Amino acid sequence: MHVARLIAITWWFQLKQSTKAGIFVFTAIIEPLIFATLAYYLFKAGKQPGTLLYAALSAGLMGIWSATLFGAGGAINYQRWQGVLEPLIAAPPPYLLVLFPQTLAASTIGVYSLTSTLLWGRAVFGIPLHFVHPVAFLLAVAVTIVALGVLGLVLGSSFILYREANALSNMLEFPVWIVTGAIVPLSLLPGWVHYLSWGLAPTWGYRAIRAGALGGNPWPGIGWALALAAVYLLIGEAILRVFERRAREKATLSLV
Amino acid sequence: MTSLRIFFVGGLTSYRALFNWLTPWILIPSFLIAPLFQILLFAYIGRTTHLESDRFYVIGNALQYAAVPCLFAMGNTIGGERFQHTLPLVLTTPAGRLPLFIGRSVPVIANGFVVSGFALVTGSALLGVHVPISAVAPLVLVAAVTAFSCTGLGLCNAALGLRVRETAVTSNILFGFLLVFCGVNVPLSSLPAWMSTIAEGLPLTHGIAAARQLAGGAGLGKVAGLVGAELLIGCIYVVGGYALLRLMEIESRRRGTLEIA
Repeated sequence: MHVARLIAITWWFQLKQSTKAGIFVFTAIIEPLIFATLAYYLFKAGKQPGTLLYAALSAGLMGIWSATLFGAGGAINYQRWQGVLEPLIAAPPPYLLVLFPQTLAASTIGVYSLTSTLLWGRAVFGIPLHFVHPVAFLLAVAVTIVALGVLGLVLGSSFILYREANALSNMLEFPVWIVTGAIVPLSLLPGWVHYLSWGLAPTWGYRAIRAGALGGNPWPGIGWALALAAVYLLIGEAILRVFERRAREKATLSLV
Repeated sequence: MTSLRIFFVGGLTSYRALFNWLTPWILIPSFLIAPLFQILLFAYIGRTTHLESDRFYVIGNALQYAAVPCLFAMGNTIGGERFQHTLPLVLTTPAGRLPLFIGRSVPVIANGFVVSGFALVTGSALLGVHVPISAVAPLVLVAAVTAFSCTGLGLCNAALGLRVRETAVTSNILFGFLLVFCGVNVPLSSLPAWMSTIAEGLPLTHGIAAARQLAGGAGLGKVAGLVGAELLIGCIYVVGGYALLRLMEIESRRRGTLEIA
């Protein structure tokens, strides 16, 4: 009960805090709208109007990743800058239970991206929003958010030793869009990239979301995303334990 | 003589001191690797939509990526100074504002040029895009002119930094605006008329168009008009940005908001 309360309160607090920051509003809403507009004109100019919902959806999925990447990747550094990293690690609950809701809040911000790009597509470009499996679509979105939150935990934990996490976040935004098939079909990418794609939960989450919206079977994607999230949780927990101990030993926790 | 010293030494010192980009941990991911993935992303989208060739996306995105240093660095000339509490000190000195602000833009132009050049060369190599040898020198000129005009817009962004606290947000918005409007990934003919009309007045548009023609085999003489237009637009933005900076400085002094935006 205490654990559930801790997770819920930290998640809600982080969510409220993030929505107040201009850079998160940009990442979650404005940037996805820029990419939704670009995707719309690219697909329209390419004479593929049947794929316009695909374009709007893709821009939203890209936004979910960006929100996770910048929120989760920088989570530990933000705590450093605010001077609360040491007290949080010294507090009785395991640090994992503090960091995970924060990274989950970061991926939850991505819901803004998806909602804004779909509404933008409807209002500005007149794209009809007809979802083939609306319930499965919503479930797929929820599972993808959770899976990305756990992936964010792995990222956030890894970045504990890398002080320039924001630069790494900048670098990782586009590659993951490509590798997970957020907007480009995986079949167009070289064969070796597919192995990377299969190990990334967003690939399966995006696949499930698309199947829920455009047609197809969303359940394998949902299942794989959940399974990979469980694996990420174990990896994140292990990495966090090792890196936290190393940072304590070297007394580098609060060094920016 | 003092003005020259402020222009060159002050500009270089500001670049080194404020941008915090001179560590390879930031410089390499942000300036060398990120643009390559932007090129790859749009080249693959282009292949999906069957809209344009890889060359179209390599050139468009390589030149457009100069906007990252040009916008962010110029924004940081104000935002960084404020963060380090040196902005009021700089603005209370009797130093001429022209060498002070314009001097800070010279290293930024060089930075933008290098980023574009690297992205152009490596992007072309990655995607197997062939550019004629005869086009290399004119492309260098076009990349330099484009970086200059983009820095002009960066000066306007720096001026906004005197009123807006988060210059990273304004820089990102301007970067996205250029990405959509300037024909970087969508041909201007495929954009609505009002968008392509706006694009005519933005940095990058003419430079990218010129670079595409050069890579397609056209001579420098054929694209001289486009290069001239890009240069003219750059000059207009530099003058406009400088005027805006002075105006915002006076306003900030009047309101007492130099340190708080």
